[in-house]
Amino acid sequence: LLQDGVGFFYVSKVICNSRTKTQRRHASHFTFQPDPVPTQYGPTQKMNLFQSVTSALDNTLASDPTAVIFGEDVAFGGVFRCTVGLRDKYGKDRVFNTPLCEQGIVGFGIGVAVAGATAIAEIQFADYIYPAFDQIVNEAAKYRYRSGNLFDCGNLTIRAPWGCVGHGSLYHSQSPEAFFAHCPGIKVVIPRSPVQAKGLLLSCIADQNPCIFFEPKILYRAAVEQVPVEAYTVPLSQAEILQEGSDVTLVAWGTQIHVMREVANMAQEKLGVSCELIDLQTILPWDVETVCKSVVKTGRLLISHEAPVTGGFAAEISSTVQEECFLNLEAPISRVCGYDTPFPHIFEPFYIPDKWKCFDAIKRMINY
Amino acid sequence: MSACLLAFATAVLEPVKLQWLFNDFILGYFQDVLLGSRVVVSRSFADFTPQATFDIKKCDVHRLEEGPPVKATLTRDQGLQYYRIMQTVRRMELKADQLYKQKIIRGFCHLYDGQEACAAGIEAAINPSDHLITAYRAHGYTYTRGVAIKEILAELTGRKGGVAKGKGGSMHMYAPHFYGGNGIVGAQVPLGAGIALACQYQGNNQVCVTLYGDGAANQGQLFEAFNMAALWKLPCIFICENNKYGMGTSVERASASTDYYKRGDFIPGLRVDGMDVLCVREATQFAADHCRSGKGPIVMELQTYRYHGHSMSDPGVSYRTREEIQEVRSKSDPISLLKDRMLSNNMAAVEEFKEIDIAIRKEVEEAAQYATSDPEPPLEELCNHIFKNDPPLEVRGTHPWATLKSVS
Repeated sequence: LLQDGVGFFYVSKVICNSRTKTQRRHASHFTFQPDPVPTQYGPTQKMNLFQSVTSALDNTLASDPTAVIFGEDVAFGGVFRCTVGLRDKYGKDRVFNTPLCEQGIVGFGIGVAVAGATAIAEIQFADYIYPAFDQIVNEAAKYRYRSGNLFDCGNLTIRAPWGCVGHGSLYHSQSPEAFFAHCPGIKVVIPRSPVQAKGLLLSCIADQNPCIFFEPKILYRAAVEQVPVEAYTVPLSQAEILQEGSDVTLVAWGTQIHVMREVANMAQEKLGVSCELIDLQTILPWDVETVCKSVVKTGRLLISHEAPVTGGFAAEISSTVQEECFLNLEAPISRVCGYDTPFPHIFEPFYIPDKWKCFDAIKRMINY
Repeated sequence: MSACLLAFATAVLEPVKLQWLFNDFILGYFQDVLLGSRVVVSRSFADFTPQATFDIKKCDVHRLEEGPPVKATLTRDQGLQYYRIMQTVRRMELKADQLYKQKIIRGFCHLYDGQEACAAGIEAAINPSDHLITAYRAHGYTYTRGVAIKEILAELTGRKGGVAKGKGGSMHMYAPHFYGGNGIVGAQVPLGAGIALACQYQGNNQVCVTLYGDGAANQGQLFEAFNMAALWKLPCIFICENNKYGMGTSVERASASTDYYKRGDFIPGLRVDGMDVLCVREATQFAADHCRSGKGPIVMELQTYRYHGHSMSDPGVSYRTREEIQEVRSKSDPISLLKDRMLSNNMAAVEEFKEIDIAIRKEVEEAAQYATSDPEPPLEELCNHIFKNDPPLEVRGTHPWATLKSVS
């Protein structure tokens, strides 16, 4: 029933190997590729993703006296160590725990932001953000609009660990960006690396709109780069072209960027296809211009994300691009995404859009 | 031969208590010998007290005239049964710990050891036709609600012999009248109220036991469920398993009021010693009677303790001291409490408990063997049971030309 040729061989190899070698899960589906060291922001330090987040928060608490960080277990450092040391440094009235109540946390955060303080709320896993969905969509996103610009909660930033992690199963692996992309009034941002994470997080905090910042949890320890120690910002709503190419445009965000980097290399080596890789970074509002300009150049587009394909954000990109670049397209736009199932427990290696599936899609697009 | 043994028994052993039926007990002794189990030479069955009454801790009450009785009767058979259940849960959880460290179980695993008296006590007081729903620390309840150990362990290892076909994992185990196994904290409580409504509507005199933890006690949806249950007098027993820590946060740091049994406000409440299986049983019995008589819901707080951390990724000692864990283990361990009670009241022999332990260890070992060797579910299962659909539904795969069928 599984029809993609290359994928099937990989799948059966995994089954055979995992049965004989004490049922161990193989290595992760990607290799983190660090970016070149940024030189324009001053001295840098080796940091992984959670340390870069801590650094961003440290910079914020130092420069903004109204900034407060709150969420479940943030005081001792957080379950992913993103807030380590901040309470000791800035005091317990600025870094504090909340009880277990996501709706309460976000609602409370909106209140803090409206009253003029910078609120950085942490939701422990993006999978748990749904009790707060009403607060985000109905309250935070609409505050400025409904009050005719009298009030706003632009000082609110919500951070949440996001995406698959290898063993997360249904409730520790979700990528809910598509739900929030449907809501004008908030910004949704997903970094791919420590340098981007710190810059984007600082941009979100500075931005005068409520922002949701999803951090790929699988990269917390796996992604290590030289990150500037001082504060700096990476602009929002600006997609970054990581690799120039002429044949296929690849669009992804978060962890999937590293998968796509490998795919681009594979396409170059095995098919002689030159791929242009774009990191969308901001999901809402997204950089239509960069993506469309690229598709006009290449004529082919592949979008990939872990979230289920139906209604995933790739659908929005695909729809807009075909509107803008219809006559430039050489092949139908390809979306390589998760299956339309809940994020599985044991089936995770088969579920995620790995490099083989993406490579297969490129092959079909080239031969269309 | 048998006559000699009988003579030996009566001559050498301690005097038989003649108020018990002589035949039954000596016969029982012979059966044991004939079946080849270890010969109990120091005591005969006729020695054992078949039933005893114990004083149990009085429950604090909220909006109730009186609480459950302060004395509990325990028969020998019941005692051994509770011991067996609790020891099985304990060994099963420790085996899961071992398998997790060997990376045979992956993902998230929340262990229940230390809290066995809650599961055993509740099950002793309700019927199999009653309903139960809990949060993610569910392995104990899965067992008491009737699922075999090997199906539980196979579900943890993600094999097709698992109780949810390997698709759910640790937090998602189900059985008839047992609704899981829920990952999102507090989400199971309105569900439990709904199940209670169904019971009331169908008039079947069943109750629904809805469990949650001290961390979940601060979730908004609980209070919504309390309101509905009280308004419509639903036969729902809300039970807060207060193990003093919501993950790493102690109750004092999370809750404005740590009297969780009072949190139902207008709903009557009981605070129960959750380390004593008899206390839990009596309180649950009281609560079930309260609900069945149409008086509406009731809140129970079980004061209990977990030895492991929140999950296998939590060492469990960064927010509490090892001394605290040791103290609870030595002074209030539920299994030891029951065992000591039975031994000091002459209700069973040390060797009997040892035999039970050995049998349980063997059973758990076999179950672990099964769980490790059973094959994983086939790939076709990935897409099955998303919807209920007939004929099979096509599920879009990772690209338009790869589709899988969903059979349900």
